[in-house]
Amino acid sequence: MLTVTGLRLGFQAGRSTLAAVDGVSFAISRGETFALLGESGCGKSVTAQGIMRLLPAAGRVLGGSVRLDGSELLALPEAEMRSFRGGRMAMIFQEPATSLNPVLTVGRQIGEVLERHLGLAGAAARERMVELLRQVGIADPERRLDEYPFQLSGGMKQRVMIAIALAGEPDLLIADEPTTALDVTVQAQILDLLAQLQRERGMGMLLITHDLGVVARMAHRIGVMYAGELVEVAGREEFFGAPRHPYTQALFAALPDVSRRGQRLVTIPGQVPALAAMPAGCRFADRCPHVMAVCRERAPAWRVAGEGHALRCHWQGGGQAEQFAGHAVSELDLDSGRPFLAVADLKVHFPIRRGLLQRTVGHVRAVDGVSLAVSAGRTLALVGESGCGKTTVGKALLQLVPPTAGSVRLGETELAGLKGRRLRAARRHMQMVFQDPFSSLNPRLRVGEIIAEGIAALRVDAGGDPAAVVQALLAQVGLPADAAARYPHEFSGGQRQRIAIARALAVQPELLICDEPTSALDVSVQAQILNLLKNLQAELGVAYLFITHNFAVVEYLAHDVAVMYLGRIVERGRAEEVLQSPHHPYTQVLLSAVPAPRLDANVQPVRLAGETPSPADPPSGCHFHPRCPKAQALCRERYPETTELSATHAVACHFPG
Amino acid sequence: MTGFQVVVLWSDILVWLLVASGIGLGVLVARSPPLLAAWRRVGASRTGMASATVLFAFIAVGLLDSLHYRVALDGKPGQKVQYGVEVLSVLDALAAPLRTRNEKTYSEPFATRLYAKETMDVPGAGAVRDYPRLKHGGKHLGEREDEVAADAGFTALRGAALAFAVWLGLAGIAAALAGGGTAAVDGPGWQRIWRGDAGFAWDAVLLTLLLMLLIAVPLFWLSGQYHVFGTDKVGQDVLYQVLKSVRTALIIGLVTTLVMLPVAVLLGIVAGYFRGWVDDVIQYLYTVLNSIPGVLLIAAAVLMMQVVIDTHPQWFSTAAERADLRLLALCLILGVTSWTGLCRLLRGETLKLRELEYIQAAQAFGVSSWRIILRHILPNVMHIVIIALVMDFSGLVLAEAVLSYVGIGVDPTMTSFGTMINNARMELGREPVVWWSLAAAFSAMFILVLAANLFADAVRDAFDPRAA
Repeated sequence: MLTVTGLRLGFQAGRSTLAAVDGVSFAISRGETFALLGESGCGKSVTAQGIMRLLPAAGRVLGGSVRLDGSELLALPEAEMRSFRGGRMAMIFQEPATSLNPVLTVGRQIGEVLERHLGLAGAAARERMVELLRQVGIADPERRLDEYPFQLSGGMKQRVMIAIALAGEPDLLIADEPTTALDVTVQAQILDLLAQLQRERGMGMLLITHDLGVVARMAHRIGVMYAGELVEVAGREEFFGAPRHPYTQALFAALPDVSRRGQRLVTIPGQVPALAAMPAGCRFADRCPHVMAVCRERAPAWRVAGEGHALRCHWQGGGQAEQFAGHAVSELDLDSGRPFLAVADLKVHFPIRRGLLQRTVGHVRAVDGVSLAVSAGRTLALVGESGCGKTTVGKALLQLVPPTAGSVRLGETELAGLKGRRLRAARRHMQMVFQDPFSSLNPRLRVGEIIAEGIAALRVDAGGDPAAVVQALLAQVGLPADAAARYPHEFSGGQRQRIAIARALAVQPELLICDEPTSALDVSVQAQILNLLKNLQAELGVAYLFITHNFAVVEYLAHDVAVMYLGRIVERGRAEEVLQSPHHPYTQVLLSAVPAPRLDANVQPVRLAGETPSPADPPSGCHFHPRCPKAQALCRERYPETTELSATHAVACHFPG
Repeated sequence: MTGFQVVVLWSDILVWLLVASGIGLGVLVARSPPLLAAWRRVGASRTGMASATVLFAFIAVGLLDSLHYRVALDGKPGQKVQYGVEVLSVLDALAAPLRTRNEKTYSEPFATRLYAKETMDVPGAGAVRDYPRLKHGGKHLGEREDEVAADAGFTALRGAALAFAVWLGLAGIAAALAGGGTAAVDGPGWQRIWRGDAGFAWDAVLLTLLLMLLIAVPLFWLSGQYHVFGTDKVGQDVLYQVLKSVRTALIIGLVTTLVMLPVAVLLGIVAGYFRGWVDDVIQYLYTVLNSIPGVLLIAAAVLMMQVVIDTHPQWFSTAAERADLRLLALCLILGVTSWTGLCRLLRGETLKLRELEYIQAAQAFGVSSWRIILRHILPNVMHIVIIALVMDFSGLVLAEAVLSYVGIGVDPTMTSFGTMINNARMELGREPVVWWSLAAAFSAMFILVLAANLFADAVRDAFDPRAA
C-alpha cells in the first residue's frame, strides 16, 4: 500500500544541506505493522515527517518517492496533500500532553477532522464522535466529548489522539513513539488498543520506536535504522530469532535483563556520527565489533539473508553464533549487612490551598508511610508508576523536601528536622543522580566547576588539591581529563550522566540515590551507565537507592526491590523473591505489562483497568482495590496489614498469592 | 584663545561611568567563551550590526554632548577670571554655526525668507508688508534667491562625493580588518565581506555607513548655508535642536535602566527563589506600584522636585545644573515606576529554574542560597535581563517624549524630543502649518528607537538558549 523508495531528506544548515535520511526504502501492506527501530538521532521521526510532508522549516526533500496506493505524495500540491493528511493517513505523536489543544474540547478536536475529511457536521458528527471514543475504549464518551484535555489523564489523552487519527478513516497510521511517555500498564492498554483497531480496520501501521519490547509486541516486519539509513529489514521471527547486522545484535546485547545479572552489559562504543561528518563507507564501521578494511572504503549494498530478510553489511558472519561474551563484574549474593539508612513511616504531604485566604482544604499524600532500609554496598530498587511518589521519597531522604512525619536515620543520626550545619554534614553521606542529564547540569558552569561544587560547599577534605581530585573523578567515571575545562553542552546525554555521577561521588557518599538515571538515554548508552554504576559499587562499596519504572534495569541491577503504589510500599523483598514470585496483585500486573523483547514473551498479560487514582483522594481501604482483579469487600474497608512471607519478603495485601 | 573651565554635571558622571562599565563588561565578555560566542552571533546578524552602526552614531553625538565647559569672559588682565553663565559642550563648539545663527522666528527648510509677513520700511516704497529676508539662511546667494535648488543640489552632490570617498577609505580599513583576523578562509578581506562569510556582518555595517555618510555629509555641508530642517519659533535651527535632544533621550533611556536594573534583578530573583512571605511582600510591592497610574506618580514626584529646586537657587551656579538635576530626578522616578515588569519576568523564570535538577543538586550539596542565586540562577536569567534592558531603553525614550509633552518631563530650557514636540504642537493648528519641527523630532526619534529595537531583537535571538 505504502511504498517508500530511496527517500532522501535533509536539513538546510547555512548554505549546505545535510542529509538526515539517506535512501530509505520500504513498503507497508494493508493490515501490516512495520516498525522503524533505532536510537535517537537516526532519522526515524524525520522519515515519518517526510512521508506526511510535515518537515520542519529547515527540512528539504532531496529525492526519492513516497507512493500511497499509487499516488506520488511528494509531487502533490499542498492543497491536495491536505486531504491525504488525516484522511488517507494519520499520525499519533509521542507526547499526549502536548498534542491536544488545551483550549478546545475533545469533541471540537475530533469534529475538525470529521468535518474536513468526511464532511460530517451536527448530530451526525456527534454520533460518529461518540462511536470513535467508544472504539478507543473511553468510558462515558458522551460526557467526555465536552471536556477539555486537562480533565483527562495521560492515557486517555493518547486514546483521544488515536480517536482523532482514526476519525478520517485512514489506511495508514503512523505512530511516532506512541507509548514512550506512558506508564507500563497504560502502555499495555494502548498497544492492545492499537493492535485491535488495526485488526478490525486492516490499516497499515508505521510504528516508530526505540523499545525492542514494543516491537516484539506489535510489529510484523522490522526495519532497523542507523544514521539515516536502513541497515536491516526482517520479518518478526527472523529479527528476533537471528538478527544479523552487528548493530541489531549490539542493540539486543545491550539490553539489561535478568539473565545477564552479574555480567557486564555489552555497549556500543562511540556515538551515532554527526550529520555533517558521515563516514564514506559503512556508517556503523567506527562502532562495529566486526569492522573490516572494506567497511571503511565502500558502503555495503543490500544483501538478502533469507525470506524477507535483508541487510547492509559486508560482514558475512553468522547470526546468533557470535554471542557477546559477558563476564562477571560483581558478586550479587552479598550478605545484607546492617542497614545504615533506615526509613520508618516516612510521610510527605503537600497541602492543597484554595480560596482567598489560601486555606488548606486537603493534602496530596505523595508519600504516605514508607519504611525502607538500605545496607552498605547493596542496591535497593524502588519501583512504581509515575505519580506514585517514588521521586518524592528520594528527595525526602535528602531533605530536599521536608518530610511531614516519620524518621530518616542515617547510622545513629536522625535526619528529619535537621537544620543548618548539621544537615549539611549529614548530606555528605547521601547524594543524588537525577533523571534528566540535560537539566541537572548548569549550562553556564564548566564541568570542573560543577564537580568541584560539592567539595567546596561541604568542605570535604578530599585529599590533595581540588583540580587533581576532579581529574581523578573524571577518570573514575571514564571521561577524558580535558573534560574539566569544557561546558556541559559539549557532551552527549550519556557523558552528561557520567558528569552527574562524578559530581555526586565527589563528596564520597555512602548512598547514591539514582532517580531514573537512564530513562532519558538510549539503550546502548544506558548499558554504559549501568556498567559504570556496577563498577563503582564494586570498587567503592557505595549503596544505591535506584528509583525506576524500568523492570529490565531492576532485574539486572537490584539486590532488593520495593514496589510503591500511591505513596505506600505494597511489596518488598529480595529481587529474586519479588520478581520471580510476586505476591501483590499490583506487582504481578506490573511485571506482566512490561513488553519483553522476545518472541516467546507474548503470553497474554494481566490487564489493569483504569489508571492510578489521585494521591489527593486515595480510595478507601486498600488503595489498589478499584483496579485489583482480586478485590473483595474487605479490601474496600481496610488497608491491609503487612504480611511477612519470609525474613526478607513482605507484602501489603489481604489476599497475597 | 580664551580660557575655559570644565563643568562636570551629574549626568555627565553617570554617562561616563556607563561608558566605563560598558568597556569593563566588554572585557568580561571577552574572557567568558559562551558569552563571547553569543556576542559573536550578534556580530554575525546583519540587522543587528546595521542597527548597531546607527546606534553608535547616536551615542557618539550623545557623548560629544556630555563634555561640558564654560568659556572665560573677556576681562581685564589681573582681574579674577569670570566665566560665562552658559554651559557649553563639545558638540556645541563643533556645531557653533548652527547654535549661533538664529533667525527671528519660523522659517521653512532651505528657505531664504521668514515664514511670516512683516511690515518693513523699504527705501523709496514706504512701508511694505512682505516676507523678510533671513539673516543667515542662503545669505551667500545674495539676490539670486531663485537659485536655491540648483545651489543646494550642487553642494549636496559635492558632499555626496566627499562622503563616498570617506566611505571607500573606511571600507578599505574594514577589508584589512576582515582579512587580517583569520587567515583560515581563502581570499582577501573584501572578497569575504562581499560573500558575507567574514564571520562578522561587515557588509551590513559598510552599507549602513554608506547610507549614513551619504545623508549626513551633504546635510552638514548644506547646514552651513541653509537651515536644512528650518527654524523654530524663536528662530533656532531645528537640526541643532535634534542633535541636542539625542543626549537627553540617551540619558533618559540608559540612566533609568541603570536605576531600575539592580532593584528588578534582586527582587525578582529573591521572590522567585525564596517563595513564601518574601515572595508575598515583593509581589505586594510591585502590584501596588503597578496599580498607581504611572503618569500621576511621575507628575507628583517631578512637581515636588521642581519645588525643591525652586526654593534652593543657591545650590546651582548655572541654569544647566538646575536642568540637569531635574533630568536625573525624572530618570529616578521613571526607574522607580518601571522595574516591575522585569521583576515579574525574572520572578517567573526563577520559579522555573529553582525546580531544575541542577539547582536541587546544589541544594543537596548544602550550597548556600545566596551562592546558588549568584552562581546558578543569575547567569541563567542574564539573557532575559539583557533583552529587557534594550527593550526598555526604547520604551523610556518614548516615555520621555510623552511626559515632556504633558509638561512634567525635562526642564523647559533643556532640549529634548518631548519639548520639541510640545513646542511644535500649537503650530499644527495654524494655517499654513509649521511641520518641520515635529517632522524632524519624529524622524530622529523613530530612527533611534527603531535601531534600538532591531538591535534588541538581534541580541535576543543570539542569547536565546533554545535557538543556540
